[in-house]
Amino acid sequence: MTDSPANTETLSVLDRPNSYIGKTVPRPNLDRLLQGRGLYVSDMELPRMVHVVFLRSPHAHARIVEIDAGAAKRLPGVIAVVTGRELEAVITPWVGVLSHLKGLKSAPQSAIAIDRVCWQGEAVAAVVATNRAAAEDAAEHVLVEYQELEAVTDMRTTLDPQTPVIHPALGDNLAFERNHDAGHVDQAFAASDEVVEADFVFGRHTGVTLEPRAVVADWNAAEARLTIYQGTQAPHMVQNIAALHLGLQEQQVRVVCKDVGGSFGIKVHIYADEMATYALSKMLRRPIKFVADRVESFNTDIHARDHRCKGRIGIQRDGTITAFEIDDLTGIGPYSMYPRTSAIEANQVVNLVGGPYTTKNYRARARVVFQNKNVMCQYRAVGHPIACSVTEGLVDLAAMKIGMDPVEIRRRNLIADDAYPCASPSGLRFEKLSHHASLDKLLEMMNYEGLRTEQAALRKNNIHRGIGIASFIEVTNPSAAFYGVGGAKISSQDGVAVRLGAQGSVICQTSITEQGQGSESLTAQIVGSVLGVSMDRVRVMLGDTDHTPYGGGTWASRGAGIGGEAALRAAKVLRKNILDVAAAILQSSPAELDIANNSVVNTDDGTPRIELRELARIVYFRPDTLPPGIQPELMATRHFVPREYPFAFTNGVQASWLEVDTETGFVKLLRHWVVEDCGTIINPQLVDEQIRGGVVQGLGAALFEKCIYDERGQLTNANMADYLVPMSGEMPDIDVGHVVSPTLESELGAKGAGEAGTAGAAAAVTNAVNDALRPFGTIVTEIPLTPQVILTALGRI
Amino acid sequence: MRAPIPISLCVNGERVDAHVLPRLNLADFLREHLHLTGTHVGCEHGACGACTVRVNDEIIRACLVLAVQTHGASVLTIEGLSDSGEVADLQAAFRDRNALQCGYCTPGMLMAAQDLLKQDAEPDRKQIREHLSGNYCRCTGYQAIVDAVETTARLRRERKS
Repeated sequence: MTDSPANTETLSVLDRPNSYIGKTVPRPNLDRLLQGRGLYVSDMELPRMVHVVFLRSPHAHARIVEIDAGAAKRLPGVIAVVTGRELEAVITPWVGVLSHLKGLKSAPQSAIAIDRVCWQGEAVAAVVATNRAAAEDAAEHVLVEYQELEAVTDMRTTLDPQTPVIHPALGDNLAFERNHDAGHVDQAFAASDEVVEADFVFGRHTGVTLEPRAVVADWNAAEARLTIYQGTQAPHMVQNIAALHLGLQEQQVRVVCKDVGGSFGIKVHIYADEMATYALSKMLRRPIKFVADRVESFNTDIHARDHRCKGRIGIQRDGTITAFEIDDLTGIGPYSMYPRTSAIEANQVVNLVGGPYTTKNYRARARVVFQNKNVMCQYRAVGHPIACSVTEGLVDLAAMKIGMDPVEIRRRNLIADDAYPCASPSGLRFEKLSHHASLDKLLEMMNYEGLRTEQAALRKNNIHRGIGIASFIEVTNPSAAFYGVGGAKISSQDGVAVRLGAQGSVICQTSITEQGQGSESLTAQIVGSVLGVSMDRVRVMLGDTDHTPYGGGTWASRGAGIGGEAALRAAKVLRKNILDVAAAILQSSPAELDIANNSVVNTDDGTPRIELRELARIVYFRPDTLPPGIQPELMATRHFVPREYPFAFTNGVQASWLEVDTETGFVKLLRHWVVEDCGTIINPQLVDEQIRGGVVQGLGAALFEKCIYDERGQLTNANMADYLVPMSGEMPDIDVGHVVSPTLESELGAKGAGEAGTAGAAAAVTNAVNDALRPFGTIVTEIPLTPQVILTALGRI
Repeated sequence: MRAPIPISLCVNGERVDAHVLPRLNLADFLREHLHLTGTHVGCEHGACGACTVRVNDEIIRACLVLAVQTHGASVLTIEGLSDSGEVADLQAAFRDRNALQCGYCTPGMLMAAQDLLKQDAEPDRKQIREHLSGNYCRCTGYQAIVDAVETTARLRRERKS
């Protein structure tokens, strides 16, 4: 490789010899997790640490008449029993609104309920004891007298005049409404050959991170400093919010994020019980540990996707889609979640419906209502599965109506690959998407015609298989447009500091975080590639507000695209600085030098000139030997935020091949395909595994996952035996392909990939089930597609 | 009933003597008393498999076994399994295939996978999926795990022949 042509200045830093970009390399430090030597917050112990358990409301809506903690306080091991009223002196309440979501309203929420509980599972008292079992014992002895109030549970009747208003000061139960009208919808429908309507119903589900939410808060009164160890995706956001509500300066709060046992958006929020734990540490002046148990996780981790969406599509006989219209209704629980709010999902649904298609006629209404159930908020692929299921469901229904193949109708209506840049009727700006190339690739991978032949043959044997296709767009690399413009102190920029250590290794501090996606790996790959340093010499530090640059963290598919670009830019500066020093030492010029294989080399022939280890030795220990006037800077910091596009949209398409047992209603997934375009691929294996994992979360929503509430607001399946998640035995193999359209907004060109799988999986499965059920003249538009739903549609029950 | 009970057992090859409350489960005993935090707790009622450990050569859910029940038993956790080198090849296959993301299910998954490979040298993908069905993973979608187990089985067969 050293004899390759050598003018590296004309090459992108990503094309340099020995680049790790585009290569599958194992993630650093996986052995720690493989050997059980990780450090999750739930593993942590600190001196003088005690445990908090929250006593939670058994009622969905009730007035707290009296709390008697006398008996509990006398039990062995109990340190304190604290009510919401007592904790109020330490931490202020909050209201989860953002100014750019016009009209969004919510009520003040406290860390622990005061006077009233608004959902089953809301904390009414904190019991702190020397160990968790003692705290749980004591919690049973805290006597709470409740006066039960009427629970508002059915989102369809929440806005009715006879339904009680949950927060009377707000006037009604409507948290947020958005209306959008683009083009000429009424004219388009009037002029359509056919108009098809359907009601889409989405089951409320949740993330089920395998490690429940966990926090250790350590208030050091002598330092007047709070250290929060938390499995969070956004440490700087936690720092800001904790300081704000505890009356501290940001520098008095340090947030440390160790290993995180799954997040998926569940751990990007700040929960009332976490706020209470911070406050309790300050109140009791010692480390407090809170780890949710699984029942608490189901009752308090944010839920998502509880939507009912009426959809309409206009179609011409030639397959031209003329218009989309939706009316979306979602119930978010009693409060808008803090600080990201609970209006984002409905807002995304409005943004995304119809997004892959050319029609400019689009009307939408979304209403977000309060109810006495657990809070809903952003979970992986926020809004996308709903928008995709509605859009793709309508497209298939339209195709069915005019007797057109589902592939053909998409070919005729997807935005052409050469039409970019362009905008959607909801105002989303697309830089470069590849719907048609992706669809072509998908059809080839799955052998579409072959499957159709197989399907037809099996029908004769009363075996009902279906093919479902779903094109989608995905929001990635969010700029300040997501939260910052609404007043939330949630950073959209990320920073990376890179330095050459004294022994020639590279230390890299980044503000993005790791929950298993591979943030550490992609950062090391980029930095190693740009610097010409092998990955084993690059150490990446993340998840500590004391030791990383300020930034947003890892959420909304932003780590690679934003944090990766910051890493690239910082490494470029460091590379230049290294070459400046090397030129001085070698009496050469920077242009004649390059770095490869951990050494400074001649640009023209690759001859090694000085190892980085030796260069570092001179800089750090013998600077007296450097020429006069040379002050090496072997540390560089750069930040990045997208400015041109509010979001870097990606696109893709999924297909499902499945079999429906029309006797039992069971669905057997046989195969699943995804083609996805996330721009530059840094590590193909990591991207593919993000997509596979995302698909399976989407398949869980499609087939199994639902938080089942009764009419009194009781969650009836709050455990892992009754709430079904996908298991290995019932999941299919998933083939993943790529089309690559890099964003030109960064040198790296990477867009996000973390949510693509989840975005389209349920839509593909639902369309496949309807394809399988076609001879029965019925359709289903409700997920999860349980046997009950399918047998009901078939008229069997 | 609240009085601690003396137990004596072997954990990762070392003798352990302890006094434990009757209600203490094995997962909490390993994590909180012995600080063997590689055994993870996901559901606390035997559904998720994150706490899978080996007791007397059988894999069990440590959250469903009381510590007192392991009196006289031999317990192997992920720490012991790693140190002995018994699953070094399986761990390498997981690493190379990126068969873990957050890593929380991984110790239990490795326990279950090794249990299968000990019983069956040539499991097919369906059998691997069936055997691992008691171990939830929310990150990977399982395919990479199945691949890693399949690869390990093949390499072990090749080494033997």
